[in-house]
Amino acid sequence: MSNEIKSKRRDFLFTATYTIGAVGVGAAIWPLVDQMNPDSSVKALSTTEVDVSSVEPGKTITVLWRGKPIFIRRRTKSEIDEAAAVNLKDLKDPEKDSDRAKNPEWLVMVGVCTHLGCVPLGDRGDYKAWFCPCHGSHYDTSGRIRKGPAPTNLEIPKYEFVDNKTIKIG
Amino acid sequence: MSEDKYVPESKLAQWFDSRLPLLTLSHHLRGYPTPKNLNYWWTFGGILTFFLIVQIVTGIILAMHYVAHVDLAFNSIEHIMRNVNYGWLIRYVHANGSSMFFLAVYIHIFRGLYYGSHKPPREMIWITGLIIYLLMMATAFMGYTLPWGQMSFWAATVVSNLFGAIPLIGENITAWLWGGYSLDNPTLNRFYSLHYLFPFLIFALVILHIWALHVPGNNNPIGIDVKKNSKETMSFHPYMVMKDLLAMLVFILIFFGFVFYAPNFLGHPDNYIPANPLVTPEHIVPEWYLLPFYAILRAIPSKLGGVIFMFASIFILILLPWLDSSKVRSAAFRPLYKKFYWVLVAMVILLGYLGAKPPEGIYVILARIATTYYFIHFLIILPVLGRYEKTDPLPTSIFDPVLDEPNIVDKFKKTAGEYEGEKVDTFK
Repeated sequence: MSNEIKSKRRDFLFTATYTIGAVGVGAAIWPLVDQMNPDSSVKALSTTEVDVSSVEPGKTITVLWRGKPIFIRRRTKSEIDEAAAVNLKDLKDPEKDSDRAKNPEWLVMVGVCTHLGCVPLGDRGDYKAWFCPCHGSHYDTSGRIRKGPAPTNLEIPKYEFVDNKTIKIG
Repeated sequence: MSEDKYVPESKLAQWFDSRLPLLTLSHHLRGYPTPKNLNYWWTFGGILTFFLIVQIVTGIILAMHYVAHVDLAFNSIEHIMRNVNYGWLIRYVHANGSSMFFLAVYIHIFRGLYYGSHKPPREMIWITGLIIYLLMMATAFMGYTLPWGQMSFWAATVVSNLFGAIPLIGENITAWLWGGYSLDNPTLNRFYSLHYLFPFLIFALVILHIWALHVPGNNNPIGIDVKKNSKETMSFHPYMVMKDLLAMLVFILIFFGFVFYAPNFLGHPDNYIPANPLVTPEHIVPEWYLLPFYAILRAIPSKLGGVIFMFASIFILILLPWLDSSKVRSAAFRPLYKKFYWVLVAMVILLGYLGAKPPEGIYVILARIATTYYFIHFLIILPVLGRYEKTDPLPTSIFDPVLDEPNIVDKFKKTAGEYEGEKVDTFK
């Protein structure tokens, strides 16, 4: 009887020691793991302002934001019509063009293929818009995935028009 | 392991060996019994050890001149190539050495597949070998990033984005790998740190690999167990050492053929353009030794699916000792397996070819066929063969195939007799 109690007490002590030990090891490892996450200086570079007054219709400029290219395209009338006319049922990742471009003339997107991160080429591919040369994803004039391995549409970053000719990204 | 108890000759050596038995270890390694019928496909273990040492030595030297910073890395490589004494040689040896390392490891792996070296009791040799292979791929991938050229940058971008395919936490993982929102200076620094570390992990695993080898001893082309310390074996030194050295010399000739006459043949010209995060090269390809896996990645028309199949194509090999259930090791006695083996080799080479081609039209279709076959080979063909294949009778000794050849003993007696000037009948 007393032996049984003793062994139960000992089991409890062992379990408690292992538990505390595991928590301690976890706490010691976490800083070693977390140091690899984006640091404060990287996080600080969160907004970029771009002057778009010189961009002609049908032209794209590419700017760098958080180390990634941002496509800013001033779309032509036919491109806007084409993007708006697409039946949502035909899309892999259905999204209305009007949701993607607040001002239909300006399409602002992260220029990173959602497949494996290459930069798509402009005015190429089956939809005369963006085509990723790495693994063959085709995007339409709204930057939506139409064909190829990419799972989602080109990402729209957070942005706003500061005035008529300046876009603030981030 | 040799069973005799080793005692060094001199008193000093005895004193040392009884405290740190390095001499006993060396004695064991030299006397390690190897089957007499090992062919030249068995020399690649030694060749691989040689290349590991070459890569570590040249790598340590390159690290003395290389600067791991996005603004300086590319120029520091050019500095090594143009200014550092013999820098061009050391870098070309390091760069081509990695290719030769992979060439040798592929031969080594396919030799194992052919002769059934992954089968009991050698599963742990096979598995430690696969871990070494995985570490080699990680090391090579990170090393390829360091010059910070266009191919470096985009290959690293594509590969690190593979982890982005993981549901829910994918983006957090890529940010953690990069230390930012894209491949940048923090990424380059950590890749450099790990590129320096991993070869030493490989070195440690090589020791485990050889340790695991020395427990059951070598497999052999006949694939039957040999009796250790019998007429069927001979000591590793000097017999196998000499054979290994000869093979190594031939391999080194090929290696230096590349280094001196075609140092950039296996590389990509785009990597002599500094990395530019705004422009992806028209046609990005990984290094040749990763092409089959790249082809599998692109053959699957889904991001997550492609990533899963690519990793599965490697991890499936860990299960191989249990998937390939045939009791007969060597393909020499497995008529059907031998055929399927060569189909697999052809498919892997085809996948490698397709991985270098643009992902469109017939190339995608062929890649899908070859990928499907790859998995069918391991998951269906091998287990079925293990059960139903009618194997040829196994010899009882590794000498049988030699001695069974008609009249070989008579021929030998005749030649030897002529040489000795004796009558054939009386020669023993």
